Amino acid sequence: MLSREMTKQKKEPLFQMVKRDYIAPSKALLIRFAAVALALVVCALVIIAITKQNPVEVYGGIISGAIGTKRRAWVTVRETVLLLLIAVGLTPAFKMKFWNIGAEGQILIGGTCSAAIMIYLGDKLPNALLLVMIFIVSILAGMVWSLLPAVFKAKYNTNETLFTLMLNYVAMQIVTFCIVFWENPSGSNTVGVINSKSKGGWFPSIGGSQYVLNVIIVLVVTILISVYMNYSKQGYELAVVGESQNTARYAGINVKKVIIRTVLLSGGICGLAGAVVVSGGSHTISTSTAGGRGFTAIIVAWMAKFNPIAMVVISLLLVFMQQGAIQIASQFSLNENASDIITGILLFFLIGCEFFIHYQIKLHKKSKEVQS
Amino acid sequence: MEQKNAIECRHVTKRFGEVIANDNVNLTLKQGEILSILGENGSGKTTLMNMLSGIYFPDEGEIYVNGEHVMIRSPKDSFALGIGMIHQHFKLINVLSAAENIILGLEGKGKLKMEKIHEEINELTSRFGFELDPAKKIYDMSVSEKQTVEIVKVLYRGAEILILDEPTAVLTPQETDKLFEVLRNMKKDGKSIIIITHKLNEVLEISDRVAVLRKGKYIDTVETKDATVASLTEMMVGEKVELDIERTEPNHPEKRIEMRGLTCLNREGRAVLSNASFEAYSGEILGVAGISGSGQRELLEAIAGLQRVESGEVLYYDPEGQVHKLSDMSSDAIRDLNIHLSFVPEDRLGMGLVGSMDLTGNMMVRSYSKGRRFLTDRKSPKKLAEKIVDKLDVVTPSIETPVRRLSGGNVQKVLVGREISLSPSVLMVAYPVRGLDINSSYTIYNLLNEQKKKGVSVICVIEDLDVILQLCDRILVLSGGKVSGIVDARTATKEEIGLLMTAGGKEADVE
Repeated sequence: MLSREMTKQKKEPLFQMVKRDYIAPSKALLIRFAAVALALVVCALVIIAITKQNPVEVYGGIISGAIGTKRRAWVTVRETVLLLLIAVGLTPAFKMKFWNIGAEGQILIGGTCSAAIMIYLGDKLPNALLLVMIFIVSILAGMVWSLLPAVFKAKYNTNETLFTLMLNYVAMQIVTFCIVFWENPSGSNTVGVINSKSKGGWFPSIGGSQYVLNVIIVLVVTILISVYMNYSKQGYELAVVGESQNTARYAGINVKKVIIRTVLLSGGICGLAGAVVVSGGSHTISTSTAGGRGFTAIIVAWMAKFNPIAMVVISLLLVFMQQGAIQIASQFSLNENASDIITGILLFFLIGCEFFIHYQIKLHKKSKEVQS
Repeated sequence: MEQKNAIECRHVTKRFGEVIANDNVNLTLKQGEILSILGENGSGKTTLMNMLSGIYFPDEGEIYVNGEHVMIRSPKDSFALGIGMIHQHFKLINVLSAAENIILGLEGKGKLKMEKIHEEINELTSRFGFELDPAKKIYDMSVSEKQTVEIVKVLYRGAEILILDEPTAVLTPQETDKLFEVLRNMKKDGKSIIIITHKLNEVLEISDRVAVLRKGKYIDTVETKDATVASLTEMMVGEKVELDIERTEPNHPEKRIEMRGLTCLNREGRAVLSNASFEAYSGEILGVAGISGSGQRELLEAIAGLQRVESGEVLYYDPEGQVHKLSDMSSDAIRDLNIHLSFVPEDRLGMGLVGSMDLTGNMMVRSYSKGRRFLTDRKSPKKLAEKIVDKLDVVTPSIETPVRRLSGGNVQKVLVGREISLSPSVLMVAYPVRGLDINSSYTIYNLLNEQKKKGVSVICVIEDLDVILQLCDRILVLSGGKVSGIVDARTATKEEIGLLMTAGGKEADVE
C-alpha cells in the first residue's frame, strides 16, 4: 500500500499555478490587449462559420456599422457615454463593496419619471425648465429606488445583491403598468415616441448634433465623481468602509450613514442615466429601456478598476462591437442575437485574461524528474 | 551512519513570486530525536514544514523520508509517509467529541464501535501521559485540551514523525510543562519530533538539536547542550543583540483611566468581560496577561469606545483634572473631544490600518476629518508618513505602496508610529510584537518606554510572559473575562501569573 503510494508520488506535476505577487502595469496592459486581439480572431472565426464570408469584409461591416456614417458614429458615442455614466454611477457603491446590481431598475425608474414629466408637462412648460425638472426628478427616483436596500443593509446587514436584483423586476412591473396609461396609439401596447412634434423634454441639439448634451452631462458627472472619490472626505470614508468596517469604526466613521449616503449617490446617478436614455435618446419608455446596460456597466466598472479613463475605453470597445454587430447582422441577414454572441466572446476573453494577470503558469522542467 | 534519518531535506527551495521563502535549505531529523527549528518570523520555518506536510510543493530540491526519496504532493501523501503536523490553528469540529474528531476521515467498517475507539484512544493517551476524555465535546475544551486532541489525532493515525508549529504559543507555563513531558514520552517511544518555536528557553529545555533558519536560508544545526540563549539569538538574527529591556521607575503617576465593574457581552450574549475593574496611571506601563481570548481585546476596545458596554463605566481623567465618562461615548465622540487615546489594535490590517491604501491614506485614518470642509488634506498626512518611514526605519518601496505589501514588522511600525504621532495621553497596544523579528520587537519596546517616560499611560497586552515581566510596571491578569489579579511586575513570577491565567476569578487568591 505504502509502496504503491510512493511510486505514484514520484511523478512531478507538469505545471503549477502560482499567484502573482506583483505585475508590471505594462505587462497587464499587454495581456489585456492580447485578450482583445484573441477575442477579435475568435469572433471572426465564428462569424465566418455562420456567414461563410471573407473575414475582412465582416470586420469592414463592423467598422462601418459603428462609425460608417455620421449618424452611426453619433449613436456609438451616445451609447458609449450612456454606458460610462452608469458605470460611473456604480463606482461609489462598488468601491464600498456594496454590490449594487439594481442599476437596471434604477435606470428604469429614472426613465419612467422622465417619461411621465414629458407626457404630462411636455406642452405646458418651457423646455429648459422641463429638462431641469427631468434631471432632478429622475435623480430623486433613482435615490428612492436604492433607499430600501441601503437602509436594510445599514441597519440589518441584509444581502444587497438579492435586494437590488429583485427591485429590478418591481421596476419592470411599474413600467408595464404605466404603459397601460400612456399607450400611443392605443392598442399598440407601447408608448411610442413622446412629444414627437413639440419635442418637449427632448435634449436640444447643440451645434447641429443631437447628442452633445448627453456627452456634456456624462463628462461633468464623471469628473465630479472622480474628484469625489479621490479627494473628498466622503470618498475617503466610503473607501475605508469598503475595505474594513472595523477600521472605519476605529477611525470614528459612522458606518451606517456612509452606507446609506453612498448607495443613494449611486442610485441617483443611475436614475439620471434613465433620464439620459429617455430624454436624450429613445424618447419613449418600455420595459427594455435599460436594455441590460445596468449589468454591462458592472463589467465596465469592474474591469476598469474604477479608473474613469479605462471605463471610457472599455465602454467604447463594447459599444463599438455591439453597433458593428447590428450592422453585420442586417448585412448578412443574421438575427439580432449575433451582437450578443460578439459581446459574449469579447467579455469572455476580457474577464478570462484577469486570471493570467493574477496568476502565472509555471512549467516544471522535465530534466528534474530524471534525477530520482 | 547506523541511525537512519527520519527526514532529510536537500537543497529545498520555495519561491512565492519574487520572495524566496526557502533558499537551498538542508535539514536533517534523526530518528527518535526532538529537533527545534528556530527562526524569526518570515525566516521560512512554516513554509518548510508545509512542504513536509504536503501543503506546498518545493520548486527545487529533494525530500527523503526514512532514507527514501519521496514526492509529497498532498497532505494525504504526507500522511502515508507517517508525517503528522499539528498546526498552530486547530482544525477541529466544535460540535463533535474528541474521539469523533480523531477518527474523522478515516476509513472503517460499516459499523462504528465507539466504545472500542474510546478504548484505543485511552490506551494511547495513557501510554504517552496525556489527559483526555474521548467523549468530551470540543466546545467544552480549553485550548490545551484541543491541542491534545490534535496530537492524539495524528498519533492515532500512526504518525511516526510529528511536526508541531508553535505549540506553546497558546499555553500557560504549567500547560507547557505538561506538553513537554508528553513529548519526552513520545521520544522514548521512538517517535521523531520537530517543534517550531521562537521561545529560546523552551528550545533549550526540550530539544536535542536546534536547526536555525534566517531569512529563508539554512544557517546551521547545533547540539542543544552546546547552545545558549545568546548564541542562538546571534545565529537567528545574524548579529549580537542586547536582550535586556530597560525599565525605569514611574515618574509622578496620576490616574488616567479607571474601569469600574465593566461587563461586555458578545453577540451570543455571553459575557466576554465581566465586572472588570482596574486603574491605569500616567508614566507607567500596565501589562495585560491572559490566555488568548480571555477578554483582552474587549478590555481595550471598551476603552476606545468600540465595544458595547452592558454595565459598568470607563472614566478618563485628563491632565487638567477633568473627568470624562468614556463608556457613554462612541469612538467618533471620543475623537471629537480631542481626548488623545491612541490604540494599536490586535488586528492591524483589519482594524488599525486599511490594507489596500498607501501609507499616506493610512495616516489619514486618524486625521481625515480635520481641515477643510469637503475635501481632504493629503499634504500633512504625507509628511507624517515620510517622517515615520524616516524615524522608524520602515522598509517600503515608497510611501505610495499599499501597506498590505509591507512585512509584518513594518506594518506595525507604521501603525505604532501613527498612534504615537497623536501625542497620546493614553496609549493602548494589543500584542505589539506579534509576528515581529527581534530587532523590530526591541524597537517597539523602546518606543513604549519612551512614551512611558513622557508621562503617557501605556496599557499593553502581551502574550510572552518573559517580556511582560521585564517591560511592565504592573500586570493585570485576565481569566475568562474576569480580572483574576493585578500584580507588581518587579516581584511576580511566571508561575504566579500562569496560575492566575487559569484561575476562575477570585479562587486564585487561595492558591
